[in-house]
Amino acid sequence: MNEGRKEILQLVFVLVAIIFLIKLFFIQVLDNKYAELADSNAILRQVEYPFRGLIKDRNGKLIVFNTPEYDVTVILKEVKNFDTAYFCRVFEISREEVRKRFKEMKSRKEFSPVKPTLFIDQLSNEDFAKVQDRLDDFSGFYIEARTTRAYSTNALANALGYVSEISKDRLENDADKIYKQGDYIGQSGIEAFYEEQLRGKRGIRFKLRNVKGIEKGSFKDGAYDTLSVPGQDLITGIDLDLQLYGERLMQGKSGSIAAIEPSTGEVLALVSGPSYDPTLLTGKNYSSNFKFISTDSMKPLFNRPLMAQYRPGSIFKIAQAMTALQEGVITPDTRFRCDKSLIGCHAGHDNQDLRGAIANSCNPYFFATLRKMLNKNISNSPFEDTRIGLAEWNKHINSFGFGNRLGIDLPNEKNGLIPTPAHYDKAYNNRPWKFSNIYSIAIGEGENLVVPIQMANFAATIANRGFYYVPHLVKAIGKDGKPLPQYTERQYTTIDSAYFKIAVDAMQQVVETGTGQYRARLADVIVCGKTGTVQNDPLPAHSVFIAFAPRDNPKIAISVYVEDAGQGARAAASIASLMIEKYLFGKTKRQFIEDYVLIGKFLD
Amino acid sequence: MRRDDDISGSLDWPTIFLFIALVLLGWLNIFAAIYDETANQTIWDLSLSSGRQLMFIAAAIIIIVGIVIIDMRFYETFAYLFYGAILIMLFLVPFIGKEVGGNKAWIGVGSFGVQPSEFAKFITALAVAKFVGSVGFRMDNLRNQAILFALIGIPIILIQLQKDTGTALVFTSFVLVFYREGMSPFILIVGICAATIFILTLLIPNQWYLHGSIALILAGLIYFGKKKFKRIAILTIGALLISGVIESVDYVVNDVLKPHQQNRVKVLINPDIDPLGVGWNVTQSKIAIGSGGFFGKGFLKGTQTKFDFVPKQSTDFIFCTIGEEFGWVGSVVVIALFVALMLRVVFLAERQKSRFARTYGYSVACILFFHFAINIGMTVGLFPVIGIPLPFFSYGGSSLWGFTILLFILLKLDAHRGEMLQRV
Repeated sequence: MNEGRKEILQLVFVLVAIIFLIKLFFIQVLDNKYAELADSNAILRQVEYPFRGLIKDRNGKLIVFNTPEYDVTVILKEVKNFDTAYFCRVFEISREEVRKRFKEMKSRKEFSPVKPTLFIDQLSNEDFAKVQDRLDDFSGFYIEARTTRAYSTNALANALGYVSEISKDRLENDADKIYKQGDYIGQSGIEAFYEEQLRGKRGIRFKLRNVKGIEKGSFKDGAYDTLSVPGQDLITGIDLDLQLYGERLMQGKSGSIAAIEPSTGEVLALVSGPSYDPTLLTGKNYSSNFKFISTDSMKPLFNRPLMAQYRPGSIFKIAQAMTALQEGVITPDTRFRCDKSLIGCHAGHDNQDLRGAIANSCNPYFFATLRKMLNKNISNSPFEDTRIGLAEWNKHINSFGFGNRLGIDLPNEKNGLIPTPAHYDKAYNNRPWKFSNIYSIAIGEGENLVVPIQMANFAATIANRGFYYVPHLVKAIGKDGKPLPQYTERQYTTIDSAYFKIAVDAMQQVVETGTGQYRARLADVIVCGKTGTVQNDPLPAHSVFIAFAPRDNPKIAISVYVEDAGQGARAAASIASLMIEKYLFGKTKRQFIEDYVLIGKFLD
Repeated sequence: MRRDDDISGSLDWPTIFLFIALVLLGWLNIFAAIYDETANQTIWDLSLSSGRQLMFIAAAIIIIVGIVIIDMRFYETFAYLFYGAILIMLFLVPFIGKEVGGNKAWIGVGSFGVQPSEFAKFITALAVAKFVGSVGFRMDNLRNQAILFALIGIPIILIQLQKDTGTALVFTSFVLVFYREGMSPFILIVGICAATIFILTLLIPNQWYLHGSIALILAGLIYFGKKKFKRIAILTIGALLISGVIESVDYVVNDVLKPHQQNRVKVLINPDIDPLGVGWNVTQSKIAIGSGGFFGKGFLKGTQTKFDFVPKQSTDFIFCTIGEEFGWVGSVVVIALFVALMLRVVFLAERQKSRFARTYGYSVACILFFHFAINIGMTVGLFPVIGIPLPFFSYGGSSLWGFTILLFILLKLDAHRGEMLQRV
C-alpha cells in the first residue's frame, strides 16, 4: 500500500527547489534590471553644479557674475502634519498654487516619493532669508542652493544674452548628453556663443542612502566621484564706462553704436537701442518678463548692431573710391562735374577731385566713377559689360567685410547684401539690365545692405590702411588668456594699402572742412570720419556716421546709426565724436553736444 | 533495551550537521541584514538582532538537551494533552496576548514574549501522528479522516482568529502527510485544481472566457466520448461545479478578503499595479535578490537590505540578504541545504518502525517544506506575500525554538527506533 508516494513527495520537494533556482537564475544572473534598480535605490547621484564663468570688461571690471538662489525641494514620504495655511503664509503663495504644485510634481515621469523633487524654484536671497528659519516646521522640505546670473550694470544686455532652462528641443538634440532637464544654458549673446567655455563641468558624487533617503557615506569611498570644474572666465574688449556712456547717449533712440579697436578687432562698445535690463531675464520672474520684453513693439531683444540691415548711404562712397582707384578707372586727381541731372546732390561744390568729392559727399562724382568702373568697354554689349564690371566690383566690396557675416562671436549676425549679377538677374526676372538700372548703388543706396558692425569694421579697415581683424567681444578666455584663434588673423582687402591713405586724407577733410565739421571735430586729436544720410521715405532719413581716431595709430573705429534722425552730420556724427572723446580722454568737454544728443531733437 | 547512556552516538548526525549549518548561516545573515557600517557594531552586540539571535540559539541548545534527556515515550503519551493545552492557549491569545506587527499572536511578560502558534506546529504534528499511529486507525475510514481534518482544522481556525493567515496556512501541509499515509489523492488533486482555477480566475479578468472554455471542453468530451446518459450527466455536473467555483472565487476575492489581502493576491499577478504601496515588498525583495548577480556583493556589502529598502529584512525576508550578498551561488547552497534536510527527514521517517514516528517524521518534512516553499516563493515573487519565517534562518526565538523542537523530537524518536513497537 502507498507504494511510490514517498518518491512523489521527494519529487515535489526537489521540483520546487529547482523552480526556485531557475527563477533565481533569471532574476539574478540573466536580468540586469534589478541591479540597476538597486543602484538607483541606494546610490544617490549628487550633482555639484559648477560656477558659470564670469564676464569682465577690458579693464577687469565685472560685467556678469553669479549670485546664489535657492530651490525648495520636497521628499513626499517625509512630509508629515503638513499645515497648508501656514506654508502658504511663509512662502507667500496661494492654496491653489500649493495644490497645483503637488499635483504637477506627482505627474512627473521621474517622480519618486523618496527622492527630493523640485517644489518651488529660484527663491532669491531675500526670499530665502524670510523662509530660512521657518523651514524646520515643514518636515520633508529642503533647500538646494545654486547660482544664477547677476549683472553689475544694466548695460550690454543684447550682447551678453541671457541664461535660462534648457528647452525640450535642445535637450533632445544634445547628442553628447551633456545637459539634463532643468539645466541652465546660454540662450543668446555671449552666454550662448561661449556656452562651452562658460558652463564648466558638473561634478558628481555618489552617495549611499537608505530607504529614507538619509545618506550613509560615500559609494566605494568616492572612487567614482568627480569634482566640478568651474567655467572659464571671459575677458571682453568692452570698455564698460564707454558702453554705459553709449547706452546713455542712445536712450530714447532706435539704432546702434559699434566701436572697435582697429589694431586688434576687439569690440569696445556695442550699443543696441532700445535695450532692456538683463536682470529681468534671471530668477523666477524670467518667464513673465521674457514675454513682456519679447512682445515690446520697440523690439529690445533685436540686437541692432548685428541684425539690423540698413542701406549704408554715403559712407559707402569711400569703398567705391577705393575700388575705383584699385581698378585704375580714376586717380586721386580725377575730377567730375557735380551734374545734378544725373543724380541729385546738395549745393556748395563743383568739379571736385576725389578727396573733395568725399569730403563734400558729391553724388554725381560717384555716379560717374561707378559708371567708369562698371562699363570699361570690355564687351560691346552694355549689358554684358556691366555684368563683368559688377562682378569685379562685388569682389572688391566683399573684401571690406560687406555682404557676408563677419563672424563676430555672437549668434544671429546678419549678412547684409552686396548685389551680384545673379542678384539683378533674379530681381529683373532674367530680363537684361545695365548701369542705368542699378546706378543708385554708387552712393550706398539701392540694393546695398550692411549691418552696423560691418560699418564699424569698415572704419577699422580704413584706420588700419587695408586690413581688419574679425570683430570680437571676447579678448581672453580663461587662464589661457587668448581669444578664439580666428580672431588673431589679419583679413586683407583687395585694395592696395597706398590707396587707403587717400581715404584717410579725405575722411580727415570731412571732419575738418566737410560735411562733418561742426559736430565731429575734436580739439586735441585728428578725427577721420564720413557722414551718411540714408533715404527712408516717407519717414525722416537715417543718420549715419563712421569714424576713427586718432588719424595715426588709431585707437578706436566707430559706426553710429540712428534711425529716423535725419542728416548724418547731426545725430550720428555727434554721438560718434562724443564716444571717441570719451574713450580717448575718459571724459567729454563739449557739454552742448552731449545735451544736443540727450535732448534728441535732430530734425529741426 | 535502553541506550540512554550513549544517546549522542545514535542521534542522526547528518541532520544535526544540516541544522547547525542553517542556524549559523541564518545568524550571519541576520547580522548582515541589520548591519550599519557607520555604527561600529559587532555581531555579538546584544542590542542587535544578531546578538539576541545568539541568545535564542543558546536557549535552543538547552532545549535540545532537554528533548534528548526526556524519555522518548513522553511525546507520544502526552501528545493529546499537549494538543489540548495548546488549543486553550491559542484560544486565549486574542484576549491576553499583545499585539506585535498587526498580529495579536504573542503572549508574554514585559519585553519577553512567545508565539504559541509556533509551538502549535510540532504539537499538532504529535497529535496527528498519535492518531494515525493508534490501533484500529484506517485512512479510508471517513470518520477517521474527519477527525484528522478536525485535528488540523481547529488550530487553523484559532490561529486565523489572531489574523495570522500565514501560520494558519502552514497546517494545510498536513494534507501531504495524510496522502503519504494512504489518503486518496483525490483531495489533493481537487485542492490543486481549485488553486489552479483560483489563479486562472485572477489572471483572466473576464470570467466568461473561463466559462466558455469549460463549455467547449464539456461539449468536446460529450461529442467524442460514449454517449451514455450517466456519463453525460456526471460531466455536466462537474462542469457546472467548476463554473460555480470560478464565480465563488470572484466573490471571495472581491467580497470576503480584506482589501490588504486582496491586494496581496493581485500584486502577485501584477506587482506593477502599485509599486510603492502593496507591491513595494515584492518589488524591493526582487530588486535586492536580483541585484546580487552570480556571486553576490559580498558579506555585509549589500545595500538593499541593510538600508531598509526591503521590509522585515531579518525575519520574513531574510532570504533577500542571502540573494543580495551571496548571489545565485549562495542561493543554490542555501536551497540545497534545505532540500538535503527535507530529504534526510523523509529518509529518517521511512526507517521508523512505528507508524506514529513515521507520520511524525513526514509531518516534520512537510512543515519544513511548506515554510521553505512559501517563504522563498514569496521573496522571489512566485507566491503572494504571506508572512511566515524561513526555518532556522529568520530572526526570532519562538520560530527558532519551534523548529528546533520539531526536528529534535524526530531525532530523539529516530535514536530509539529499535525500541518502538511495530504497529503498521
